[in-house]
Amino acid sequence: MEQEQRVVDFPSPAPLRIDPRPPEPRRGFLLRIGIGLSALAAILGSVPLLGYLLSPLRTAGERKWVRLGPVSDFPVGETRLTTFQNPSYQAWDGPTAMVPCYVRRVASDRFQVFAVNCTHLGCPVRWFPESGLFMCPCHGGVYYDNGSRASGPPPRGLFEYQWQLRRGELWVRGGVLPTLATPA
Amino acid sequence: MPMPRWLSGLGTWLDARLQIGGVIRDVASHPVPRNTASWWYVFGSGTFVIMVLQFVTGILLAMVYVPTPGEAWQSLQALNGQIAFGWFLRAVHGWGSNFMVALLLIHMAQVFLFGAYKYPRELTWIAGVVLLLLTLGMAFTGQIMRFDGDAYWGLGIGASMMGRVPFVGQWLVGLLLGGPIIAGQTLSRFFTFHVFVVPGLLIGAVLVHVLLVVKVGINEWPMPGRLVSRKTYLARYQRLLHEDGVPFVPDAFARDFVFGSLVILAVLACAAVFGPFGPAERPDPTLIDTVPKPDIFFLWLYAALALLPAELETPLILIAPVVGIALLLLLPFISGTGEKSWKRRPMEVLVVAVLAAGFAALTWLGRHPPWSPPMTAWSGTALPPPLLHGRTPLELQGALVFQNKQCRNCHALGGTGGKRGPPLDDVAVDLTKDQLIRQVLQGSGEMPAYGNHLQPAEVAALVAYLETLHPAGVPAARVSAPSSVPGP
Repeated sequence: MEQEQRVVDFPSPAPLRIDPRPPEPRRGFLLRIGIGLSALAAILGSVPLLGYLLSPLRTAGERKWVRLGPVSDFPVGETRLTTFQNPSYQAWDGPTAMVPCYVRRVASDRFQVFAVNCTHLGCPVRWFPESGLFMCPCHGGVYYDNGSRASGPPPRGLFEYQWQLRRGELWVRGGVLPTLATPA
Repeated sequence: MPMPRWLSGLGTWLDARLQIGGVIRDVASHPVPRNTASWWYVFGSGTFVIMVLQFVTGILLAMVYVPTPGEAWQSLQALNGQIAFGWFLRAVHGWGSNFMVALLLIHMAQVFLFGAYKYPRELTWIAGVVLLLLTLGMAFTGQIMRFDGDAYWGLGIGASMMGRVPFVGQWLVGLLLGGPIIAGQTLSRFFTFHVFVVPGLLIGAVLVHVLLVVKVGINEWPMPGRLVSRKTYLARYQRLLHEDGVPFVPDAFARDFVFGSLVILAVLACAAVFGPFGPAERPDPTLIDTVPKPDIFFLWLYAALALLPAELETPLILIAPVVGIALLLLLPFISGTGEKSWKRRPMEVLVVAVLAAGFAALTWLGRHPPWSPPMTAWSGTALPPPLLHGRTPLELQGALVFQNKQCRNCHALGGTGGKRGPPLDDVAVDLTKDQLIRQVLQGSGEMPAYGNHLQPAEVAALVAYLETLHPAGVPAARVSAPSSVPGP
């Protein structure tokens, strides 16, 4: 088969000729206008962009009062696992809209409401009424029934939600993931 | 095999416009030192091949996956069970992730031991470190994409670590979660990072990395005693290419080609045999009977966080990553010249060996964590008959107390039960009755005090049982004085 002649459709580009003369004043002026306009666009554009990106900061510590249920749900002397709906939930949150917590009724009008999140790294602790202990499955942190640290790696006792009694119902201030930076 | 006329015509037509053929020919034929055509030099290209596989399978999975907490788990189930080959694509993507991290680490160790980060390849190494961080970022965000209970609590662990940062912890948690709590906006932003941001950065960093490998040249096989000097290296490398160089294609490329294909086959085989990863239980935070665990490449961290002394934890969580990444980035400037061969760099070999052994040991511990109490040992694990045989009613009552008060969750008897505390098969050999009572009532730094949750009769029964726990022929511990003397 005969060797095909390579066809070059385009001539190879000629070397660029750089004009050695200084730029005319109008071109320099236009360039400066361009820099100024793009800087303005960048500033104007970045304000809403940064505001959008940083918007979670506005709600980072935002707690709201949520109803847990009638006090009769929580017998005196017992600790019960219950759940409430995250006050800032969105329609697409699915199962993550619900938040679990432990309610300990110390006396008829005294409560402790603990977050389930271990203060070490946030794993869910489990309540054992027989021994009166909360145990964490991740790294073995243990807390007493009043939430204070019993043993293991947790740096402090369980996080406690603020609570209120309103017309015979128990309310807590929730909606923030409890961490050492935002204790419930 | 002669190329059909129409095909070569098309090629010529395209290249006349694109003018890319010359670049490809240059890259393919660029000379590399003959001794780099070695099986030791295939891990980088192997990692690259897996990355491409991840892009392809990731794009295909994204056609079905729904990145909202309400539907993500169901869409994963649909991929696993309803959509043709969905399970296989998930499996390839999951195993590909493991292979990619593993190959990258092997590549990095090889490059480190061969001194490839030294002059003039500092920037190649730095781009590689960036690629390591981005790949780990993909692995972590990918674990969140598999939105199950582990992913939910994994996010909680990430937020808890961020929450330890002084002053700005609350803001960092907010930015990580996209709000005050793990919810819809959290998964959306992890999805954004996993499919847009990090892959984009990954492509950019890979381009820089590969461009540098081609432009600066692949590291020659290190010869002991042939030291790198900024004055002579470049000329010597050019001479080496001239005198003992081979074209990249086919001499060196052939091995990359074979290895890359084998790696893909291995991923496909793992995917076909072992199937996809999860998803585990629904991402429902109210299902708290769960034992969250990270994926294999973060198990070492999970283990380290159990083993560190409490007062070191926050500094290490916050400072160690910064120091580690800084050391990696600065490495080519700390030891940018001199000896390259691992045969004359025993410290470097030791560092790799110690790191590998350390990570392997922590990972193994993370898989079989002795510090995690098995939460059902108290109610579900049988007591071995020899440990009950011949006991008095009081002692049997004590065995019941032992089980009922969850002691078994932390203490093993007869080899079963928790490993958080010591096994108690021989406890009576070391502790006297008074010491046992004190330990039960007051606890210690590592054991809760049970004083408030045991009746005196329960303590008496429990200690009576514990006193029977000593091997036949080895007497129980006892004090020299009568027990009526007050203890210490």
